[in-house]
Amino acid sequence: MNKLMLGNEAFARGLYEAGCRIVSSYPGTPSTEITEEAAKYDEMYAEWAPNEKVAMETALGASIAGARSFCGMKHVGLNVAADPLYTAGYTGVNAGMVIAVADDQGMHSSQNEQDSRHHAIASKVPMVEPSDSAEVKDFVKLAYDLSEKFDVPFIVRMSTRVAHSQCLVEMADRVDNGLKEYKKDPQKFVMVPAFAKKRHVVVEERTKQLIEYAENCPFNRVEISDTAEFGVITNGAAYQYVKEALGDRASVLKIGMVNPMPVKLIQDFAAKYETVYVIEELEGIIEEHCRSIGVNNVKGKEIFGYIGELHQDVIAEKLLGEKKEYVELDENIPIRPPVMCPGCPHRGLFYCLKKLGVYVSGDIGCYTLGASAPLNAIDTTICMGASISGLHGFNKARGGEYEHKAVAVIGDSTFMHSGMTGLVNIAYNDSNSTVIILDNSITGMTGHQQNPTTGKNLKGDPAYAVDLEALCRSLGIKRVRVTDPYNLAQTEAAIKEELAADEASVIISRRPCALLKYVKHNPPLKVNADKCVGCKMCMQLGCPAISIKDGKAVIDHTQCVGCGICQEQCKVGAIE
Amino acid sequence: METKAVMIVGVGGQGSLLASRLLGNVLIAQGYDVKVSEVHGMSQRGGSVITYVKYGDKVYSPVVEKGEADAVISFELLEAARALPYLKKGGTIVTSTQQIDPMPVITGAAAYPEGLEQKIKDKGVNLIAVDALSLAEQAGTAKASNVVLMGVLSTKLGFPEELWQQAVEKCVPAKFLDLNKKAFELGRNAAK
Repeated sequence: MNKLMLGNEAFARGLYEAGCRIVSSYPGTPSTEITEEAAKYDEMYAEWAPNEKVAMETALGASIAGARSFCGMKHVGLNVAADPLYTAGYTGVNAGMVIAVADDQGMHSSQNEQDSRHHAIASKVPMVEPSDSAEVKDFVKLAYDLSEKFDVPFIVRMSTRVAHSQCLVEMADRVDNGLKEYKKDPQKFVMVPAFAKKRHVVVEERTKQLIEYAENCPFNRVEISDTAEFGVITNGAAYQYVKEALGDRASVLKIGMVNPMPVKLIQDFAAKYETVYVIEELEGIIEEHCRSIGVNNVKGKEIFGYIGELHQDVIAEKLLGEKKEYVELDENIPIRPPVMCPGCPHRGLFYCLKKLGVYVSGDIGCYTLGASAPLNAIDTTICMGASISGLHGFNKARGGEYEHKAVAVIGDSTFMHSGMTGLVNIAYNDSNSTVIILDNSITGMTGHQQNPTTGKNLKGDPAYAVDLEALCRSLGIKRVRVTDPYNLAQTEAAIKEELAADEASVIISRRPCALLKYVKHNPPLKVNADKCVGCKMCMQLGCPAISIKDGKAVIDHTQCVGCGICQEQCKVGAIE
Repeated sequence: METKAVMIVGVGGQGSLLASRLLGNVLIAQGYDVKVSEVHGMSQRGGSVITYVKYGDKVYSPVVEKGEADAVISFELLEAARALPYLKKGGTIVTSTQQIDPMPVITGAAAYPEGLEQKIKDKGVNLIAVDALSLAEQAGTAKASNVVLMGVLSTKLGFPEELWQQAVEKCVPAKFLDLNKKAFELGRNAAK
């Protein structure tokens, strides 16, 4: 039976068919659906971990215990999990272990465009890269067998296009060989220097064997065209763009095993053509490998660069000089950036922060949208957890009056991920910092995943809910208070008071995400045109449901959820 | 058969994922190779969203670039205008006449362009504009605009109507089936 599947759904199907038993991940676009889909199979235990490092250590622990295991994350998540990754390369596995890392070429939903192949190379952990959903499932299953054969975790590199495109996948049955035996083996799993030195030798020997394997493995494929004008070496999503743009005009070497890469296979392919184009998104890793093995008739980054996706139109234009005809309107089409939803609890808080004109150390989540117009409230966004530790550094550097004009904002899930340690630092090293936890009772931006504060686990079953107030107090913050962001006056007063205080404080701005199914909304509000004076105070909130028509405010009834903050904002009582 | 491309565009939250699944199911039932490419994450939050559906004997790239789309289905007028360059010469745009102000218009930094329907037609494009929102509300909920537009599209692609009906049954929860069937029918009638 075949089915149209997202790459991520096919990944979960691969886990199921390969007999994976333990799944632990942290959500991150474009990797999230792998774990959500895996949770639908009762044969696999699946969980959301608080962060990627915990997830990878959980998966490694399960592998050591004898269960085929998995952890999934986005590219920047692998930075968080890099610590266990590099040493897992030394210990190897017991049962097979597969890691998904999803890169985001084009930065559709990320803060940088890093190429995670660098991590595979640096950690000497093998990495394979499929090009569509059908390959995803096949690669995952083979990766488990090879993980056990070569005694090392396998990374499967995904990308936004492979993860979020659907194509037909043929399904098979699950094969579960049960738990492997666990035997205590300190020389393999206790990485103290004496043992690790011996394991490093194993790592180097294994890499040689993997290169040998890569010469003739099902991941790499040569597609010769009799009418080829040149050769192309490519990988991942770029393979699809190459085939669409060039068809029979190029022979293709598709690299599916991106670390380690074959030597002779590439040398033999490149020798057939005068010119070989290396078409790879982001870094020039295949191209550099070609040059390092004496293949010098390659061209790549000098033509295609290092930025974004390399769609078929780019390839056709650069290599064939072909451009499709199209029409466009002569006028400017206003952009439509993402915005906070109508009724979003973050809006009220950011409006207050903007009004007070404070420095806002931001973080990763829906609330990053507080950086855009008309709120323009955020000063920095770096990575998960950086809001709190960044504010501590900012306050240590500037101190004095500045401490009373600066806050950090962080979501509930991000606080659990890596915000807690920053808060410990504020208490321990004593900075007068004000931290605001935006507790909307869900991981919002990635599409509503549970987390340790929500009281539910990945399967939606009841779970222990972290008491944020008690946690912050126990970390050493004495001033902890809760506010409702739908109440603008209360929220503004709380921020003013905590900023004025001469010690560290935490404000928990608490209101569930307006998109949660259990949240009951009020009827849509209406503007009484007779009362509206067209002052545009309501427009300062940046609510997509409110606009100005003929000088008066109008509320779109299909969007409004009746949160009421515009009513509070309206000085003439025109919103009813 | 040469690969055909359909682009579904709209504003985050308007239901383009269901529309692309519906179309994908019809195309599979017709025996085509199919690829559907979706947008997840940040841009879903009220921003422009684009879904690509491609079909043929063998589909490679899941994305659609400028001058490649045989049809554009738009849930919102400004998004239809934004997608115009992606349309192939001789292609068709099916759009809802609904207008949703983007944030730059709300803040007054830009104006919502006037007379977009006519301006698109003046470029020699085959434009079918329907009031999908009103038809969806007539069927029972504003949320069914996506199915109304699929009803319009179904009259243009030439596949048997029963395949569409089966796809609606497969993709829509049972309790909303009657409502969506009505929305689909209203879309088909609007296209006539």
